[in-house]
Amino acid sequence: MHPAFSVIFLTTLIGVGQGLFLALYTGQLYSVVKVLPVEEATDFYGIGILIALAFLGAGLLSSFFHLGHPERAWRSAACWRTSWLSREVIALPAFMGMAALYGLIHHLDWNPVLYTFRETFVVDLSLLVGAFATLLAFTLFLCTGMIYGCIKFLQEWATPLTVVNYTLLGSASGFMLATAYAAWQGSEMTQFYGGWAVILTLLAFLTRVSSLIRNARIKHRSTLQTAIGIRHARIEQKSQGFMSGSFNTREFFHGAPQAVFSAVKWLFLITVFPVPLVLMSLGLVLGVEAMAIYALAFVIQYLGLLAERWFFFAQANHPQNLYYQTV
Amino acid sequence: MSQLALVIDLNVCVGCHACVTSCKEWNTSGTAGYMADMNPFSKDPTGTFFNRVQSFEIGEFPNAETVHFPKSCLHCEDPPCVPVCPTGASYKREEDGIVLVDYDKCIGCKYCSWSCPYGVRELDEHQKVMKKCTLCVDRIYDQALPENERKPACVMACPTNARLFGDVNDPDSEAAIAIRERGGYQLMPEWGTKPANHYLPRRKTRITIHEDELVRVDNPLRKERQLPMPDSDAPTLDDVTSW
Repeated sequence: MHPAFSVIFLTTLIGVGQGLFLALYTGQLYSVVKVLPVEEATDFYGIGILIALAFLGAGLLSSFFHLGHPERAWRSAACWRTSWLSREVIALPAFMGMAALYGLIHHLDWNPVLYTFRETFVVDLSLLVGAFATLLAFTLFLCTGMIYGCIKFLQEWATPLTVVNYTLLGSASGFMLATAYAAWQGSEMTQFYGGWAVILTLLAFLTRVSSLIRNARIKHRSTLQTAIGIRHARIEQKSQGFMSGSFNTREFFHGAPQAVFSAVKWLFLITVFPVPLVLMSLGLVLGVEAMAIYALAFVIQYLGLLAERWFFFAQANHPQNLYYQTV
Repeated sequence: MSQLALVIDLNVCVGCHACVTSCKEWNTSGTAGYMADMNPFSKDPTGTFFNRVQSFEIGEFPNAETVHFPKSCLHCEDPPCVPVCPTGASYKREEDGIVLVDYDKCIGCKYCSWSCPYGVRELDEHQKVMKKCTLCVDRIYDQALPENERKPACVMACPTNARLFGDVNDPDSEAAIAIRERGGYQLMPEWGTKPANHYLPRRKTRITIHEDELVRVDNPLRKERQLPMPDSDAPTLDDVTSW
C-alpha cells in the first residue's frame, strides 16, 4: 500500500493523545488508592489534558487531508453498524469530548465527591468521567486498529496484532510524553510514568516484532492463477491495459526501492525501541531534573513511530497488485 | 432476486479494447459527470476508467498463448467494499444486485478501494470521488432506447461477442446458461466475495486419433484382393478371421 502522510500523522498523533490521557488517568487512579501521592502541581491534569487534546486535534486535522471531500466528512458517522472507519469517526470526537470534560473538571476544580469507600478511597466526579474517557480511549484504539485489521485480504494487517500494536505503541508514546510533562511540572509522578513508558515500550517491542516475524513468513492466498482463474505454473503479465499510471498503480504500491524499504524497518526498530529505552532509563536514574532527556526520548520515539507507520502501510501487499505487474 | 452481471468469454476476447473505449465514451457523457483525464496530452497521462483489458502470457515459448483479460467491477454478491463505506455512499441495489457509488455522498476516503481485492474502484482525480463500473445502469433501463440496445456499452461494442449480459440468478438467461454449460468461473474465490461477473475459460477443440483409425486393419482393398492378405496371426477387428 502507498503510505499516505495524512493517515500516518493521524494514527501516530491520536496514539500520543490517547496514551497521554491514559497516563494522566492512571496516575490519578494510583493516587486514589494511595499507591502514589496526590498530585500537587497547579492544574497538572488541566494542562496535561490540554496537551493531549492538542495532539488529538492535530491528528483529527491531518485526517481531513486524506479525504477527497473534507466538507462532507460529517457524513462518515452514518454507517457505524458496519464500518470500523465510521466507528472511529464517532469514537475520536467522543473521546476528545470526554477527555476535555475530564480536564475541565480538574481545571475548574468542580469535583464533587460521589462516593467514599471505607472512608479511605474517595471516588470523585473526575474519576468517573475519566473512567468513561478511558473506555473511549480503548474503543478508539480498537477502531483504529480494526480499520486495518478487518480487511481480510490485506493479510499483513488481518491479525489481532494490528490492534495490539496500535494500542501499545500509542500508549508507550503517550506515557513517554507524560514523563517529560511530569518532569517539566516537577511532579513526583515522573518516575511512575517513566516506569510505565519503559514497560509499555518493551511490550510493544515484543508485539511489533511478533507481527514482523508473522509477516515475514506470510503465505499469500491470492496468486496470479486465482486472480485470472487460469491454472498454469507460468503466467506472465504482458500488459496492464494502459501505459502510464492510474489510481491502481499509485494507491497500492509504496514505490520505494527495496533498500529504502529495509532501511525504514531498521530505522523504526532502533528509534522506537532501544534508543528511547536507554534515554528513559538514563533519565529515571537522574530523576525529575532530566526533563530534556525525557523530551528527547519522546521526540525520537515519535519520529520513529512515523517510520513505523510508513513501514506498516508499505509492507501490506494488496491482492489487486497481481493485476498490475507490467506496464 | 435478480443479479445482473457480465459473463466474459476469454475464449473469444481478442484484446481490442473496444469495451474500454466504448465504456469511457458512454460513461464520460453520463449525468454523473465526466471521467476525468489528467495530463491527457502531456507526460504521464492518467485517467479514470471503469474497465481495463490486460494481457497475460500463459506458458513458455513455443507452448505459449496470450490471454486477453477484461477487468471491471464484478458486482459481488457479497461485496467487501460496501460495508466498510463510512457514509453509505457505496451500496448494492436490492432489485438487481448492481453495486453503485452515490457520488454526492462519497467523501473520497478510498477505504472501499482498499477493501476490493480486484482493484476495480478508481478515485476520480477531478471529482475526488470513488468511481466504478455501474453496469451502465443509466442505459439498461432506458425506455427511450430500442430493447436490444438496453445493454451495457461494453457489451454493445464487443466485436467478438465475448461479453454476455444478463441476470445470473435466472437459470434461463443467456448469461446463466453460459456459466452453467461453458465452465464459467469466478475470480479469487478464496475471499468468499461471490463475484456476480463470471469468466468463461479458454477452450481448445482437440480430437484423439489412434493409428489403427488411420490404417484400417480390415482394409477393403485387401478383401477385394487388391492388396496382399494379412498373415494369419495378424490382428483383426473381429479377432476371428485374419482377412
